[in-house]
Amino acid sequence: MAEAISQTTKQPNKFMRWLATLGNSFVGFFKKIGSFFVGIWNIMRCGNWKTRMSFLVMGFGCFAYAQPLRGGLFLAVEIGFVLFMIFTGSFYLSKLGTLGTEVQQPIIDETGLQVGMTEGDNSLAILLFGVSTILIIFMFAAVYLRQLRNAYDNQQKAEFGMPISGAKTDLRNMLDKNFHTTLLALPTLGILIGTLIPLVFMILIAFTNYDRDHLTPGNLFTWVGFENFVNLFAMKGTNSMGKTFFSLLGWTLLWAVLATVTTYIGGMILAILINKKGVRFKKIYRGFFVITIAIPQFVSLLVVSKFLSTENGLVNQLLKSWGLITQNIGWFENVTLARTMVVIVNMWIGIPYSMLITSGILMNIPEELYESARIDGAGPVTTFFKITLPYMLFVTGPYLLTQFIGNINNFNVIFLLTGGGPTSPDLMAPAGQTDLLITWLYNITVNGVYKDYKTGSAIGILVFIVCAVFSLAVYRNTSSVKNEEDFQ
Amino acid sequence: MRNELVLTTAKQKKHRSMKAAKITSLTVIHVILTVMALVWILPFAYVFIHSFRGNDINIPFPDQVFPTQWSLDAWSKMFGGNPEAYSDIRFNWIDFPRWFGNTLLVACCSCVLSTLMTLATSYAFSRMRFKLRQPYMKLILIIGMFPGFLGMIAVYNILRAFNLNEGALKLIALIFVYSAGAGMGYYISKGFFDTIPKGLDEAAKLDGASQAQIFFKITLPLSKPIIVYTALTAFMSPWMDFIFVKLICGGDYKYCTVSLGLQTMLELENYNTHWILFCVGATMVAIPITILFMFLQKYYVAGVTGGSVKG
Repeated sequence: MAEAISQTTKQPNKFMRWLATLGNSFVGFFKKIGSFFVGIWNIMRCGNWKTRMSFLVMGFGCFAYAQPLRGGLFLAVEIGFVLFMIFTGSFYLSKLGTLGTEVQQPIIDETGLQVGMTEGDNSLAILLFGVSTILIIFMFAAVYLRQLRNAYDNQQKAEFGMPISGAKTDLRNMLDKNFHTTLLALPTLGILIGTLIPLVFMILIAFTNYDRDHLTPGNLFTWVGFENFVNLFAMKGTNSMGKTFFSLLGWTLLWAVLATVTTYIGGMILAILINKKGVRFKKIYRGFFVITIAIPQFVSLLVVSKFLSTENGLVNQLLKSWGLITQNIGWFENVTLARTMVVIVNMWIGIPYSMLITSGILMNIPEELYESARIDGAGPVTTFFKITLPYMLFVTGPYLLTQFIGNINNFNVIFLLTGGGPTSPDLMAPAGQTDLLITWLYNITVNGVYKDYKTGSAIGILVFIVCAVFSLAVYRNTSSVKNEEDFQ
Repeated sequence: MRNELVLTTAKQKKHRSMKAAKITSLTVIHVILTVMALVWILPFAYVFIHSFRGNDINIPFPDQVFPTQWSLDAWSKMFGGNPEAYSDIRFNWIDFPRWFGNTLLVACCSCVLSTLMTLATSYAFSRMRFKLRQPYMKLILIIGMFPGFLGMIAVYNILRAFNLNEGALKLIALIFVYSAGAGMGYYISKGFFDTIPKGLDEAAKLDGASQAQIFFKITLPLSKPIIVYTALTAFMSPWMDFIFVKLICGGDYKYCTVSLGLQTMLELENYNTHWILFCVGATMVAIPITILFMFLQKYYVAGVTGGSVKG
């Protein structure tokens, strides 16, 4: 009995280990918060009056020790922050809990005519700027702490008679020791405004009832908790949201596998053919395929979609004139045919790119491997499956992952080619049988009349979870990520 | 003696048959490659040729594969040489030279901005060591897994808050949209910077160079392929996107880009009348990018292959 217990403690299973790491990171997180306050407390306790003044006036500890540049910047941050909070921040922050309570009302003058609308609350603006305000508060807290530390640091340096860096050194460090701050300042600002804030906003939308019936500024929307996710999995009825979601999810995954595998293998075969010894005009052949990469996808996809249209499409006309068919084929009207065509057209789009990527690596496969295989009597098919493919899979693992994720989100091919069609009575409008989750998301939010933002954003979160699960599984087994420093 | 002779002839025979087999297999490969090349090129050739078609101008695909009459009508219409066309409500919204100019402007500006930001980010992640480096890289990885246009509504509202959704300011909004997230695409150029030996930096540091000097005077001059690759991809993306531009420009075709304009032409109820015009536009978009691409192909190949191997 005791033996058994000691064994389980010796070899905890994976789940327990995972729990332990999770627990540790939680503990670590709270420890960090704790040390944050301890740090502030220490500065409060041990600081002299100059340092303590910095609690009230940011940058005081810098001014006091001849660091006017830093002090000025800190002071400017404080003034800016206070003004911002007074004039806009506090307003949005106070409304964030309800997302607004006052609906716009028409203003009617004495004669009974409508002359305008009252200001009212705008839920969308409240959420968006509320999120931004929270972010600004966090950033302000970081700067605040930094200046406190700076002040205390100056105090200690002065006590020990060490030199305090002036404005000149600070500026020089911007290009040397702190060069990363200079480099990352603009990109970070771009990511913050262009990606991070919008993303947080959209994630939060999944927990509100923002849809066609709650459009701003005429209407308000508010928090609803997990209702949208519950609705998304509702299975009742023939064309329920849940059935649509799982049907689309299944096709999205099938599509991602098919699209990735077909273009990868196709591109590799094409590269092998072009690189084969004795093939002439290699450059010209390769040039033909590479050119097609440069042509914008929307052009090639729109052209192909019109070529394949049922009535008076080029392909049907040619087939008819050659006597191969008597009736028009509806390329995108039957599920199986439409899905097959989408995969085939995607091969046409994707093979040149994957040819380009694989051909360089193919040439790096040691020739001796092929020599010895040939001596052992292996044909080209065997060599491909026993040597080329395993080698390529080993080297291009991360590329395949990005391709797979890219195909889950492959908007262009589906949207421009089929627009999601054909429709089916089993799916909720406007979803169609070739729709991916991502095109469905687009069609129910930005495009068209549905404007079902709450559901769209819930779908977006689920797409993220799918991508993240696949990536995590692969990344955990990829050594190039783990041993980054080794590689250098 | 005789045996040997028999042996050699057998060897020769075998050799000859092997040679014959090789020649047939090579011929088959050449045929396959030629057919494939045709499959890939012919649709574009069709579009190009039919931009000069003069017969059946209101039918997208007439019975004859080759035009029976040639004309430059569509070209002059697209480039505003035919004022009659602009009194027609079906065509009066088409202003191709303007779209082209818009796209070129947006592409150039966002190319410069994105390239700078991508290179700066990837250099910081590759060469500098700072406290938040790993968490920041992880954060970018996680953000990148959300569907790209999930935050579109929010971006649109942020732009509106800055009044960037009116008139010519829409172009600035587009530049912002295409370059704001440039820092997130650091993977490939970081991979490239990782391969530049660190010894170079250290030698320069010993000689008293600052980090900025190392970046500008040592790393960047060695990074021509990756700079060209980054710039090329950044330049191409405004020509290809039609999602963001649709949201930002709405129905205002004065400030839209070629991709939205051309896509709208074929989205119309009766695209039949616009097909030849579309062919002209598609050719005009494809040609400059293709030429640029052919000149810079070498760098592009280096970029994509380098990025895919070391993930």
